[in-house]
Amino acid sequence: MSVRETAESPRGADPGALGAFEMVVGLEVHVQLLTRTKAFCRCATDFGAPPNTNVCPVCLGLPGALPVLNEHVVDLALRAAIALDCEIHPVSIFARKNYFYPDLPKGYQISQYDRPLATAGRLTSDGPADAPAATVRITRVHIEEDAGKSVHDRFAGVSAIDLNRAGVPLIEIVSEPDIRSAAAAGAYLRALKQLLEYLEVSDVNMEEGSLRVDANVSARPVGASTLGTKTELKNLNSFSAVERALDAEFARQCALLAAGERVSQQTLLWDANAGAVRPARSKEESHDYRYFPEPDLPPLVVDRARIKGVREHLPELPAARKTRYREAFALGSYDADVLTADRPLGNYFEEVARAHRDPKTVANWVMGEVRAALNARRIEIDRFPVRPADVAELLDLVAGGVLSGTAAKRVFAIMAETGERAAQIAAREGLVQIRDDEALHQWIEQVIAEHEPEATRYARGERKLLGVLVGFVMKKSQGRADPRRVNQLLAERLGA
Amino acid sequence: MTTAGFGSSSPEGTVAALRASVISGQRSPRDIVDRSFARAAEVRAGADGLNAILWSDVDAAHREAAALESRLDGPHAGQLAGIPIVVKDNIATAGSPTTCGSRILAGYHSPFEATAVTCLRDAGAIIVGKTNLDEFAMGSSTEFSAFGRTKHPLDPRLVPGGSSGGSAAAVAAGITPVALGSETGGSVRQPAAFCGIVGVKPTYGRVSRFGLVAFASSLDQIGVFGVTVADAATVLQTIAGRDPLDATSVEAPLPNYAEYPHTLRGVVIGKPREYFPEQLDPRIADLCERALDRCRALGATVRDVSLPHTELAIPVYYIVAPAEASSNLARFDGVRYGLRVTDDGLRGMYEATRSNGFGPEVTRRILLGTYVLSAGYYDAYYTKAMRARQLIASDFDAAFNSGVDVLFTPTTPTTAFAAGSRSDPYEMYLSDIFTVTANLAGIPALSLPIGRVDGLPVGGQLLAPHFGEQRMLGVAQLLEHSLGAEAHR
Repeated sequence: MSVRETAESPRGADPGALGAFEMVVGLEVHVQLLTRTKAFCRCATDFGAPPNTNVCPVCLGLPGALPVLNEHVVDLALRAAIALDCEIHPVSIFARKNYFYPDLPKGYQISQYDRPLATAGRLTSDGPADAPAATVRITRVHIEEDAGKSVHDRFAGVSAIDLNRAGVPLIEIVSEPDIRSAAAAGAYLRALKQLLEYLEVSDVNMEEGSLRVDANVSARPVGASTLGTKTELKNLNSFSAVERALDAEFARQCALLAAGERVSQQTLLWDANAGAVRPARSKEESHDYRYFPEPDLPPLVVDRARIKGVREHLPELPAARKTRYREAFALGSYDADVLTADRPLGNYFEEVARAHRDPKTVANWVMGEVRAALNARRIEIDRFPVRPADVAELLDLVAGGVLSGTAAKRVFAIMAETGERAAQIAAREGLVQIRDDEALHQWIEQVIAEHEPEATRYARGERKLLGVLVGFVMKKSQGRADPRRVNQLLAERLGA
Repeated sequence: MTTAGFGSSSPEGTVAALRASVISGQRSPRDIVDRSFARAAEVRAGADGLNAILWSDVDAAHREAAALESRLDGPHAGQLAGIPIVVKDNIATAGSPTTCGSRILAGYHSPFEATAVTCLRDAGAIIVGKTNLDEFAMGSSTEFSAFGRTKHPLDPRLVPGGSSGGSAAAVAAGITPVALGSETGGSVRQPAAFCGIVGVKPTYGRVSRFGLVAFASSLDQIGVFGVTVADAATVLQTIAGRDPLDATSVEAPLPNYAEYPHTLRGVVIGKPREYFPEQLDPRIADLCERALDRCRALGATVRDVSLPHTELAIPVYYIVAPAEASSNLARFDGVRYGLRVTDDGLRGMYEATRSNGFGPEVTRRILLGTYVLSAGYYDAYYTKAMRARQLIASDFDAAFNSGVDVLFTPTTPTTAFAAGSRSDPYEMYLSDIFTVTANLAGIPALSLPIGRVDGLPVGGQLLAPHFGEQRMLGVAQLLEHSLGAEAHR
């Protein structure tokens, strides 16, 4: 990458300068709401439909068409705002944000400006690693519509526009500049994503663009109370991109400040391949948006009963679920954290735990084998072929001594492949544990005959050799012998 | 031999009479439609004459007339069964262009139809043409159309008023008994006054704006022209009501506009002094006084009132309306529909398309609106204008709360003026001085003929509280009857 394309960077800056400065970050997160239809018309919101098929006169901005608010949008926005502990405003106002761009059909975006739906909230996240929990204040939550999508690489020499996304409902969640490190930004975003997932207001999928992050970052001398000049980072496609971009931009700003230069307020794009930021082209730069109240929509009035209704029907939130897992299932904090981090995984765990008597075993199994199987296949739990009841059945077989732990893992691997039930696989694969003393005795006699020196040394008191001998028996049984019983029988036979 | 037009000179040409003749089988809808086209040809309604009608489709009108015949079974026949009507070309109609009188929409066909137009069709009306207008309804003379100016039916050197000048001229020329127009600051009432017919602007929210191409959304409202008050009221009756497709339309009781008391006893008519300034043409003032005398004779009390913030109306209007227009017209960018003029890159295309597509008055208002919404100017202009708008609305509230039922004023300060005579935009804007207040306050208002000066029509204006159309139309009908033929002398 050429120097010209990077944002200005002073030469010979002292990398040690970082320590003298503090990072100050505020995040703007756009979240696509999980409504069936768009914010101001009845077009479907499905992702991946053929271009320009989910469109109508309203979202195409045809002359004479008018927006009508989808009330489900308000309910979802309220749910998020209430869960973020915001103050909900009984009257909020839609506003037009005016700018020209080919994927913005009306020439303005319907948003909220000086009177948003909700303000003054907070979100607490577990700090990075060993740091204490951190609370970030939420400036505002407002409703707006998405623009369409410009496609620049599909047809040679021309840009194409897909307006399926135009008018899809979003909420924008703006934080105060309370974040002090890239890791803290990551923690905030993970907590926010988890919360929104629990609330079922969004599918929070960064790849599909249902969660988008812009970051405002500035540097100031440690101990300073005023804010430095900020830059806005865009094109952040993952949480790790956010963290890397913040570190890179903070380092760039520190170097400038340390060299006595000034940071200029601008919009920067993160280039993940180059690991650096570059200035946005002018179209991505700030505009005078000429906001004014949207005359086609009356003020959004939310009465107390509605707020109360949404509050009373809030789904269980992560903190409450963690507590419940610790109390109802007697799990430790680590297990509770892991199983609540991903809500569908937690749901899966609960279903297995309801059908099997030992929740700790269930937790270990879900966090271990199930997650490993998902990772290996790169799928989400909702597409996993093994039903929770089948996992419970498998664990019942282990608890009842029918399957060894090792055999259970082999059975589970096949279940994950075929979706068959555990008992069926165990029987077909000959993995049912052998606990018939007669059969075990035969193998024990053979092993003693074949490994006489070890047997003799054991009999003379080298007790640790018992494990070795059990191992030989297990091998002879092709892993099917019940190791506990083999242990007992061997010890009796050799006179323990 | 001339074709009898639709008009007050022929009682059989009113909406009620035409409907009755269609339902009784005396005349077929096709006869009536043909009479309308014949009259249009006779007065040369198209570009070679009045230039009132931009587009019409005779075959489509005939098909509708034929289809209507099967729906004429007695009491179920619509309120407008067989009534020919013209529609201003900024209101979306299926099957014909909707151009807003602009090059930027030349040839544009809307894939959907305005709710008001659908209501008309459901009621049995037959659309016989789309009418000329000032581009995007911005103007007071119908001189600012990309398709040429509309001429006054009484004198081609004069303007018919605007922006709904094509609809007003069509009704005044007897082509149809009724028409749809639209109002943002007087665009129905002012041309109605100039052309000597009735023009009604309903309460904001009374009629759906869905399908009305937006000029200034918080002021726009579809309005109705008629030869008589009753005809206009019948059309309004069919298009009024809440529309789920327009969030600003209002769920309000819809009274029967045909019902009104046959006296004005107990009615208090306010005469706001700000609408009768010293420099008002004394002949217009006299006609207003004559009309008020008739009201007194019918039992009304006339009371002097004051609407002290009236002088703010024109400045406020020319901030609010252009501000909204600058945003509403942003969609005409050459990307999806309408005119596209290619030039260097995206920005070049935008500039070339919009510079070529919009005429001078539209350009002026977009620039004005962009300016008043700009950072640093917003509070000085837009915020202040919104506060002043509130004061204007409060003036009306105060007057109506003090016991006044309706207000009476002249509709315009002058009669129809000569084309090309108002080259200064501000001078042109002043022709709306008595009408913009109703749009700013959202209240209903109408204009009806109250006499003539130098042979040209003069309109009297009635204004009423929000959703006070029934009382307003009732007073207008009594006054209309009382004036009789004098209204046109």
